[in-house]
Amino acid sequence: MYLVISLVMKDQLKKISKYEWELPKFGSMKVPAKIFASEKIMQAVEPNAIQQLANVASLKGIQKHALAMPDIHSGYGFPIGGVAAFDLDKGIISPGGVGYDINCGVRLLTTNLSVKEFLKKRNQLINEVYKNVPSGVGSKGRIKVTKDVLMEVLEKGTEWCVKEGYGVKEDISKTEENGKMPKANSQHVSDTALRRGMPQLGSLGAGNHFLEVQKIESVFDENIAKKWGFNKENVTVMIHCGSRGLGHQVASDYIKEMEKKFGYENLPDRELINAPINSDLGQKYYGAMSAATNFAFANRQLIMHWVRESFENVFGKTEINLIYDVAHNVAKFEKHKLEDKWKEVCIHRKGATRSFGPGREELPEVYKNTGQPVIIPGSMGTSSYLLVGTKKAEEVSFGSTAHGAGRIMSRHAALRQFRGEKIKKELSEKNIEVKSGTFKGLAEEGPGVYKDIDEVIDTSHAVGIGNKVVRVVPLAVIKG
Amino acid sequence: MKYKFLEHTADAKFQAFGKSLEEAFSNAALAVMSIMIDPKKVNPKITKEVNVKGNDKESLLYNFLEELLILLDTENFILNNVKELKIKGNSLKATLIGDELNNKYELKSDVKAITYNEMFIKENPFIVQVVCDI
Repeated sequence: MYLVISLVMKDQLKKISKYEWELPKFGSMKVPAKIFASEKIMQAVEPNAIQQLANVASLKGIQKHALAMPDIHSGYGFPIGGVAAFDLDKGIISPGGVGYDINCGVRLLTTNLSVKEFLKKRNQLINEVYKNVPSGVGSKGRIKVTKDVLMEVLEKGTEWCVKEGYGVKEDISKTEENGKMPKANSQHVSDTALRRGMPQLGSLGAGNHFLEVQKIESVFDENIAKKWGFNKENVTVMIHCGSRGLGHQVASDYIKEMEKKFGYENLPDRELINAPINSDLGQKYYGAMSAATNFAFANRQLIMHWVRESFENVFGKTEINLIYDVAHNVAKFEKHKLEDKWKEVCIHRKGATRSFGPGREELPEVYKNTGQPVIIPGSMGTSSYLLVGTKKAEEVSFGSTAHGAGRIMSRHAALRQFRGEKIKKELSEKNIEVKSGTFKGLAEEGPGVYKDIDEVIDTSHAVGIGNKVVRVVPLAVIKG
Repeated sequence: MKYKFLEHTADAKFQAFGKSLEEAFSNAALAVMSIMIDPKKVNPKITKEVNVKGNDKESLLYNFLEELLILLDTENFILNNVKELKIKGNSLKATLIGDELNNKYELKSDVKAITYNEMFIKENPFIVQVVCDI
């Protein structure tokens, strides 16, 4: 079915503009590949990530081009920062195009609490949130759900949370997909995945996941920032986490099922295993992946609810509004313009953020005129960005942009180079207080192990696939 | 040496060794656990029997190591040692010894998933290589 592609060399890339590189079609590639990157970013891209992008370009039914966002790095199957669209009749769907942490994502909240007031009780708030939001490896959620209830959560996502009193109605429309993937089917989630998910609903987890209280450092687009309700004086909150063990198990289960059914012998990489979208197995994966996506929406919604409670406990009545919640690892059916015709395709975003511009029917009324908020967290202790989605993104990147900074240093190298205690002290000197389960975890996620987030964002802005609105910096970090 | 970790930008990559495939698989389990906690620090208090099947040796290894992640999430089990691991064709039987995760223990890192990325299984000498998504 597939030819093994000969090794891609970086010098095969053609620079087509200051921020765009093309890998022309060759070997088994069905379409060209394109990378959005500055010269500096391109120098640091691992050759393997480009090979992976070429592999994606050779998958059945791929449309127009295989894309990589400016935070491209090597992943499993698809590169991280990879975006690809597939024809619904002839195309495939691949768990490797979504990732193990299904709907790993992020939400941003505004508050009416000033930075000055916040700093007076910062440590108290950190301890309160740490107490109320379970975090760390093996952390268990605060709520206990039965299997039946969990299956309802998987079908209804955010809607379930609001119904149960975790949040307000407005939160629903402020979540991508209204917090509920329409084709979610909990029947296609294995018993093992359900058993892993049951104790973990409402927990942050570990790794690169975090919860931050931030201040606004720069405003790039005053007009939009104002429309979206930002006040420069007040703190914001960011929550970054995913679908925990449930999502990981769904990915793993369907990798196995697809191998059994279709084999991987003809694939350039075992992790590119896939199924035709319109096959029974492809549909089942989509239903299960959608269910895991809803689990992650619900997870972030529950955590937000406890963050709201924590602020109230420490500061009294506080107004905390959800700006938006975006998915970074997901596959979805969306309409895009291909050769001047609108066509529904299956978009895979693996470590990429949807970046829809003004007018898209998927957006809630409040963002229909501006384009959607695009939230891109930096690594722990560095700045994070809020961008606005654009028409340009819809034209050139299937309505997508970057999702983060992208790792450049291995965890072992980080452990050799950094000490958790020292990082905590250094951040404290920069007026950032950190609370983490372990110092080792802190060292592994130290600020120096990621690419420069500013370079990634500047590239997105320069290409016009996600334009800068606000930059925030942390005041308090809780790391899982 | 039972196992060693190699450089990997985003994730944890290791090789596990043994005089037999069984021993290499057992050491691979210890390597996965060591990402989360030093197995030597885990009390050998509880016993779990696992039966795993695969389509080939690689998927057998993948499914066996994944069992550790499932046992942690669903039964709070952490591993001290692997006893009596037997491989027959593409099936595996093992006795896992360890403890229930409680306040006494602190896990240092999460393992999200076992992957097939750069995975290999070599015989004579027996070496298995695995990358974990963490």
